[in-house]
Amino acid sequence: MEPKLSDYKTEVHNDWCPGCGDFGIVNAIQMALTEMKVPRHKAAIFSGIGCSGKTSHFINIFGIHTLHGRVLTFAQGAKLANPEMTIVVAGGDGDGLGIGAGHFVAAGRRNVDMAYIIFNNAVYGLTKGQASPTLQLGLKTKSLPQPNVNQSVNPIGLAIASGFTFVGRGYSYDVRQLKDLIIAAVKHKGLAFLDVLQPCPTYNDINTRDWFAGLDNIDQTTRKSQPRIYKLEDTGYDPVVHYGSEEEVNEKLTQALVKSNEWDTKIPTGIFYQNELVAPYEQRIADRIPNYLENPPAAQPISAGGKPITDISKILDSLQV
Amino acid sequence: MQSTDITWVIGGPQGSGVETAANIFAGACAGMGLKIFGKREFYSNIKGEHSYFAVRVSDKKIRSNVSNITMLVAFDAETIFRHANDVYSEGAIVYDSELVQIKTDEVSTLDEPFKSRLTNLLSSKNKEYTIQGMIDLCKDRGVQLYPVSFKGILANLAEEMQNPKLRNMFRMLNVIAVSVSLGLLGLSPATLLKSVESVFSSKPQIAEMNKQAANYSYNFAAVKFPKFKYALQSVQKEPNTILVQGYQATGIGKIACGCRFQSYYPITPASDESVFLESHEVFDVKNNRPGSTIVVQTEDEISAIGMVIGASLTGTRSATSTSGPGFSLMAESLGWAGINEVPIVVTLYQRSGPSTGLPTRHGQDDLMFAIHAGHGDFPRIVYASGDIEESFYDTGKCFNFAEIFQMPVIHMMDKFIASTVATCKRFDPDLITIDRGKLLEKIDNDVYKRFAFTEDGISPRSKLGLENGIFWNTGDESDENGHISEDPVNRVQMMNKRASKLDLVLKTIPKEDQAVSYGVSEFCIVSWGSNKGPILDALEMLKKEGINIGFIQIKLLQPFPTDHVKSLLKGAKTIIDIEANQSAQLASLLNEYLDKKVDYYILKYTGRPMTCTEIYDSLKKILEKKAEKKQVLTFGA
Repeated sequence: MEPKLSDYKTEVHNDWCPGCGDFGIVNAIQMALTEMKVPRHKAAIFSGIGCSGKTSHFINIFGIHTLHGRVLTFAQGAKLANPEMTIVVAGGDGDGLGIGAGHFVAAGRRNVDMAYIIFNNAVYGLTKGQASPTLQLGLKTKSLPQPNVNQSVNPIGLAIASGFTFVGRGYSYDVRQLKDLIIAAVKHKGLAFLDVLQPCPTYNDINTRDWFAGLDNIDQTTRKSQPRIYKLEDTGYDPVVHYGSEEEVNEKLTQALVKSNEWDTKIPTGIFYQNELVAPYEQRIADRIPNYLENPPAAQPISAGGKPITDISKILDSLQV
Repeated sequence: MQSTDITWVIGGPQGSGVETAANIFAGACAGMGLKIFGKREFYSNIKGEHSYFAVRVSDKKIRSNVSNITMLVAFDAETIFRHANDVYSEGAIVYDSELVQIKTDEVSTLDEPFKSRLTNLLSSKNKEYTIQGMIDLCKDRGVQLYPVSFKGILANLAEEMQNPKLRNMFRMLNVIAVSVSLGLLGLSPATLLKSVESVFSSKPQIAEMNKQAANYSYNFAAVKFPKFKYALQSVQKEPNTILVQGYQATGIGKIACGCRFQSYYPITPASDESVFLESHEVFDVKNNRPGSTIVVQTEDEISAIGMVIGASLTGTRSATSTSGPGFSLMAESLGWAGINEVPIVVTLYQRSGPSTGLPTRHGQDDLMFAIHAGHGDFPRIVYASGDIEESFYDTGKCFNFAEIFQMPVIHMMDKFIASTVATCKRFDPDLITIDRGKLLEKIDNDVYKRFAFTEDGISPRSKLGLENGIFWNTGDESDENGHISEDPVNRVQMMNKRASKLDLVLKTIPKEDQAVSYGVSEFCIVSWGSNKGPILDALEMLKKEGINIGFIQIKLLQPFPTDHVKSLLKGAKTIIDIEANQSAQLASLLNEYLDKKVDYYILKYTGRPMTCTEIYDSLKKILEKKAEKKQVLTFGA
């Protein structure tokens, strides 16, 4: 039987604020799973802590709601032990780029085959609106006692510098594009990162839905508002590394970095960078352990009749006096 | 026949091949059928600081080091300054005759506190502050001296082999020194050469050169000096004996019992085990395809434990190995594994804390921390192994405990066990049982609830990838499905469900695995972990004098086996707590759980393991009613 969208939804009450951008992301994930026809028991969503952390409870696949900042570590362990699983990771901006930034960088270096979505709203919502690592310097969102005193981190740039092999950005109010980006991220062979702009209607009164729509961004000649969000694909941008020459890789990395710096009046969405010529971590293991992919840890029998079946005699022989 | 029991110590700067020399010595002696117990001491340093290896060799079962040295082998000055005074009066020193003029001030790695104690000693005996002074001091006590020019041996060897390059091969001084000592101890040259070959087995050319040096040095000593009075004699080799280090035992245990995922962040003294596992990542499996362990070096210990939890959720036996500082970082995730009832094993190789403490030295400072790590109330098992052999079998037990009771298990090891090398009976994997508890392989209908309330508090466990077995986990309090719940009634039920598993642990784990009695008498020792070896050896020394002291080794430390320990201690009147920390952490448990209070404390927290000699001396003082309530041991460089 063909899976339906409703199959991927749980009956858990969703307690996000009305108008929260997170709804668009959870819908897009469910739509992507439906479209890819991933069997429910072959997929898992790992989430961090914060509003975004609750995502795993709303999706009817294995749902692992982990700890603040640590979601990538749990997810990588699971994927390496059972590489057959389709794994989607969901976390907040504070979760992934503040408390979990070390894991973000290390995960990029490994390139484990998963998709990692950051719900980026520039504030810590669940603790009442403190500045997150993606809030711009000097901005004072409504519950901040003083303007933000830190520079913001550039998530796309950091992902590229860390070695993520798929780097993209979506917008939670463009669910269709976001669904396509999630499918591309999941299908990508390696670690895919999606920065999803997601207005927080309660605490971020600056980067609002109207702000992204550019209602304040008036073109001086036409006197019309200019949407900030635009799609890279509409500009003929090619994010893909096709051949892997040093020159080509440098060019693709550089254009992605340049694009990642656009923000105030034009904000690009879509795929910034994709390179499937870098071996995923699983392949690097399989190069050493030839039967890893067909006989991974989760599939290995370890006992028969309650007794070990691993043969340790060679190791013991080497220690024999 | 005279029985053999000697302690041979070799020292030198770190990076100069002290360990290699000790391995050659231990291998050669083990090859003669002798029992070995060796420990390695080193600074937190890569090159230059003083390290040494103390190898005790006997024809009887030995489980610890003694304090004094029978033969000291020094190819640098510092070794003499630091250890010569510990050599028995009937013992011997093999040293480099070219070093005698070296003054204490010329050895930059002699730290001030030690140097001032040393110079006080030398001046009290009217000796100069030089190697010669130290040597004279030993000579006065009757110590046998074997001055040898190691470089001279190298030069002669170069000439004999017509290979001038050999003259400057100072890297071989270690092999020369060990070979000279074996010449004096009268061990057969063939055994020596076999051991050299085995130690250098991966580098045949180097092996050949070292064999020449060994052979030459051995003959040099055998011809030049009369044989040392404590000569080694070979004995009937016990079949199925292995020479193994502690970290290898847990590593092999993990492979045998089916641990297929290990993540770690480098830390002394734990990472040796992970490196060992990675070196043996592929292995044969009976009637099956080759198996493998995935070993992941993570960015920190937080990631290490996170990965272990993730891997365990797939139904894979998973573990991490760490030491105190790393375990501190794991505390939050440990609670997550607790509330989500995830079976994980943390092998905790203790070292001296707090903070960085003595990073390469022994200690048992983390018992209370292991029992309490993490916020909130959640069940966990803390289980301690007493020696190398136990640690192999206990590793298998810890994975069973984790899966049967669905909770984190902290397997307590320490630096002493990790870096001890000892002969022991070849491990028998058939003595390991694998019990995966309520792990499900198949679920027929779609009504699965991961945290279903059951009579025994343990819910059937699904795994990622299992059809019809979808579940949710959360660090929040949850309902039976694993979804967040703040309902007060559910909260109490869930807390009680998890807590009830601790009673089940005490009911299910066999009594003999909870605490081991080595006999109980009026005076009775209670201890845990690696103190077992020196305690048993000390008790044997006392037994020879007709004195019986009891000993209870507690292995299950959380939940505490109160009833069992109480019943074991029925006949005891005086309780002696022995442990390697300052605050007597086990004693605080004993005083909390038992009716009897601890009467005497024998504690050591210099960072060096206890010797049986020290424990023997302290016990004698207690028996003679000359002991303070608390005795603090200090032996060891």
